[in-house]
Amino acid sequence: MTTHRIIIGLEVHVQLLTKTKLFCGCSTQFGLPPNSATCPICCGLPGTLPVMNREAFHLALKAATALNCKIASFTKWDRKNYYYPDLPKNYQISQYDLPFSSEGWLEIELPSGPKKVGIIRAHLEEDAGKMLHDEHAGKSDSLVDLNRTGTPLLEIVSKPAIDTPEEAKAYLEELRLLLREIGVSDCEMQEGSLRCDANINIHVPQADGTFIATPIIEIKNLNSFRGVERALKYEAERQANELRRSLDAGAWVVDSSRAKAFRDYAVIQVLTQRGSEVAKATAGWDERTGRTEIQRRKEEASDYRYFPEPDLVPVKVDAAILDKVRTELGELPAAQKARLQSQYGIPAYDAGILSRQGRAFVAYFEAVVKTCGDAKEACNWTINDLLSTLNERQLDINVCPLSPQGLGELIVEIKSTGLNKQRAREVYTAMLDGLTAKQAIDKLGFKVVGDEAQLLELVRRAIAANPKAVADFKKGKLKAADAIKGFVMRETKGMANTEVVQRLVMEELNRG
Amino acid sequence: MNLTAAELLERQSTGDLSAEAITQSFLARIQQVEPKLRSFLAVDEAGALEQARAIDAKRRRGDAMGILAGVPIAIKDVICVQGQRATAGSKMLEAFVPPYDAHVITRLKEADAILIGKSNCDEFAMGSSTENSAYQTTRNPWDLERTPGGSSGGSAAAVAASEAPLALGTDTGGSIRQPAGLCGIVGLKPSYGRVSRFGLIAYGSSLDQCGPFAHDVRDSALLLEVIAGHDSRDSTSVDRPVPQYAKVVESPVQALVIGVPREFFNQPGAQATGGLDAEVERSVRDALKVYESLGATIKEISLPHSPYSVAVYYLVATAEASSNLARYDGVHFGHRAKEFAGLIDMMKKSRGEGFGAEVKRRIMLGTYALSSGYIDAYYLKALKVRRLIRQDFDRAFAECDVIVGPTSPTAAFKIGEKTGDPLAMYLSDIYTISANLAGICGISIPCGLTKTGLPIGLQILGAPFTEEKLLRIARMYERETDWHKRRPAV
Repeated sequence: MTTHRIIIGLEVHVQLLTKTKLFCGCSTQFGLPPNSATCPICCGLPGTLPVMNREAFHLALKAATALNCKIASFTKWDRKNYYYPDLPKNYQISQYDLPFSSEGWLEIELPSGPKKVGIIRAHLEEDAGKMLHDEHAGKSDSLVDLNRTGTPLLEIVSKPAIDTPEEAKAYLEELRLLLREIGVSDCEMQEGSLRCDANINIHVPQADGTFIATPIIEIKNLNSFRGVERALKYEAERQANELRRSLDAGAWVVDSSRAKAFRDYAVIQVLTQRGSEVAKATAGWDERTGRTEIQRRKEEASDYRYFPEPDLVPVKVDAAILDKVRTELGELPAAQKARLQSQYGIPAYDAGILSRQGRAFVAYFEAVVKTCGDAKEACNWTINDLLSTLNERQLDINVCPLSPQGLGELIVEIKSTGLNKQRAREVYTAMLDGLTAKQAIDKLGFKVVGDEAQLLELVRRAIAANPKAVADFKKGKLKAADAIKGFVMRETKGMANTEVVQRLVMEELNRG
Repeated sequence: MNLTAAELLERQSTGDLSAEAITQSFLARIQQVEPKLRSFLAVDEAGALEQARAIDAKRRRGDAMGILAGVPIAIKDVICVQGQRATAGSKMLEAFVPPYDAHVITRLKEADAILIGKSNCDEFAMGSSTENSAYQTTRNPWDLERTPGGSSGGSAAAVAASEAPLALGTDTGGSIRQPAGLCGIVGLKPSYGRVSRFGLIAYGSSLDQCGPFAHDVRDSALLLEVIAGHDSRDSTSVDRPVPQYAKVVESPVQALVIGVPREFFNQPGAQATGGLDAEVERSVRDALKVYESLGATIKEISLPHSPYSVAVYYLVATAEASSNLARYDGVHFGHRAKEFAGLIDMMKKSRGEGFGAEVKRRIMLGTYALSSGYIDAYYLKALKVRRLIRQDFDRAFAECDVIVGPTSPTAAFKIGEKTGDPLAMYLSDIYTISANLAGICGISIPCGLTKTGLPIGLQILGAPFTEEKLLRIARMYERETDWHKRRPAV
């Protein structure tokens, strides 16, 4: 396989968490009976007029600010004209040449380190309705549900700066985390509150150092982040194969004199035999077959006849509004992650896990640290034990049965008594039923053996009973000491203070 | 019943007339002249009488009465009244019954006015003669062979022929002022944003305004006072206080300076834009003399970009219309063709059958003006010239209170005279159109009759949101003359 470069750009639509639609007072609640959340305005009845939902604009400002976008001081609405039955007015109110925000970035975490993915623009628009095709029993009726019509959408367009399908997935995950954290959208792909179209093509290197570019394909019908990743992987391979086949067959040709600069290298578009650029196309992703299917070639760009929406007034954004938005945003995941690392001295990887769980989880972690004073242990317990408990029980951190103070006390108890991890987990489990650390230890009957004389005697017995382990240890097999420790633990039914045992075993073995 | 709204209010308060008697009298008049005029698309006899009785009962109880209590009013059929068909003069909306009142209708109901019926108009308010109505041709009460003008021709004819003392129209390029002029009554186009457009079936959204028809300036002031003001349902409606127009209308404007645009009149060796009729010009010049006699200073001004206003209008208005009228495709509402093969064919046939020729022409013009490859040369260029037209007015109003000229180049033209020549028809709005492009206010008041007895309109234009001054200045002329008292013998 050639070492082609993959060029991916994502267009993400997220539904804003407003109670009502973008231009009328109808509910945006998901799953209502068809056409029940509609009114003359969102149905586009003659004589009705849109009025902007200020809350929607505010949420959009929050999102764009969090995405490091430049916010326009003056923005307007435009009509995008096209005929479709799910669009009652036959135009969509959107933003064309003066979007409210542009030129931002989102930082994502990659195995190679952090990367800033550029964002071209984020703009507001209204959603269309949903077509339902009733084809059973020989019927061919098409039905329209206008509940979604007029729901506020934020369209976020990334630069074509995503280099791999894995990166695309990471971008989407980071975006979802961010938008959920700041309360802009719940980003549920299943409910359609986050939708993604992916543009992809590949650049295949030539002997002369230039690259051949395949036509851009826009992949639609992506239903999960995993699906996005799979579809992009499939499509990149498909394009590589198609390019090779088409060049071999002479259906596509390359005119080296038509190279254009892209980033820091030169790119040549493939041409048809007639010398025109091979048309872009849209493709549908089929989750079941795991394939993309080319749907239509865009022979010419659609003409949406955009023009300024005369029924709405332009929106002005001043410094005071932006200050308010910034204050409301609070700490964003990227900044939070950096702070967790520096403030608590925990590794980037752990800080990333904490941050990805959201603000409430991070607050929990910080409360545990406050109680126990040990950030490393607090981090281990929260991202391992607590997180698995929440996942197993499908609980939200806000209804966690164990308080952060409780978990903090457990850590304190472990440190003071030297309770081993296995026993400590049993105490933790008992605490989930509402006991304090001390109550749980009492109930379980755990009494840590910490008496040095008693333990020393046990260690000596263990050494006497395990000559082979002792011999191995002398040969440099430090692991052999575990057998000695294990003997002591068995003798104390696991209640020996692990730190004391560790120290005594080492002293005795080294003494010879 | 030739009484004005003010007189009808007076007669009710003295107990001489009841709302019911008034309503019955106007209904009888409608029955008498309607076969000749065809001003109305629908007359709500039962509803009007019911409203009238309710208002009389209210008066008997001693309740506070609305500003227009017991005064009948005709409503142009592009304005939505809950539960009543609103066809906009189009086959497309033959079956459309809006489930809501337009803002202006809510205001009229609060003012206790009596909604007597829906008046005829050009289809979707596109036209200057009301001949583009899909239903009927309205006649000018002064000469049944002639048009009442348009697009609000039904409303103008109804008031001129005393079928109703008041009417509402809409004005996108002159559709109130031109028919008012041609029918010898007063018609006012408010500044853009003065009156809410909520419930107006849109034609050119950045130009449309709803306004009053009446016999005289005082009645116009009264009706404007009722319908003007902010409405949160229309983002373009402006939140500014509404003066008590009817109260202040009698006080003359001191040190009045009237601007007279050179471009609106014939010059030695140069015809006025649009070809101004000599009789019309003479009446307008006479009107200026009346103002001079009242102490006004007449100042020649220039509106250098006014010759482009018709061209600009037919790009901006049609572009907006092409989008506003896209929704009428037979899917959700509007006429649906009976036979079709698939969705696209259904949309095409429904639109083909539902729209008339002029509407189709304007949709095509507007679609073209917005199309990729042409938008820069047409729509966007037009927006730039529109700004220049507005600047012309801003400069003019810095040196004069109002601008005076003819409402229309000629008096009422014959039915069928211009239907074959759309451009000639468009030019009858030459003097009115720029006010819509600039968003300023304007009024047409009667200022004479031709030798053949056709009314001539005087247009007075004012800076944005100076309706109060505009009405006062119009009233200064009206007090000195009696053209507004003339009634056609229909």
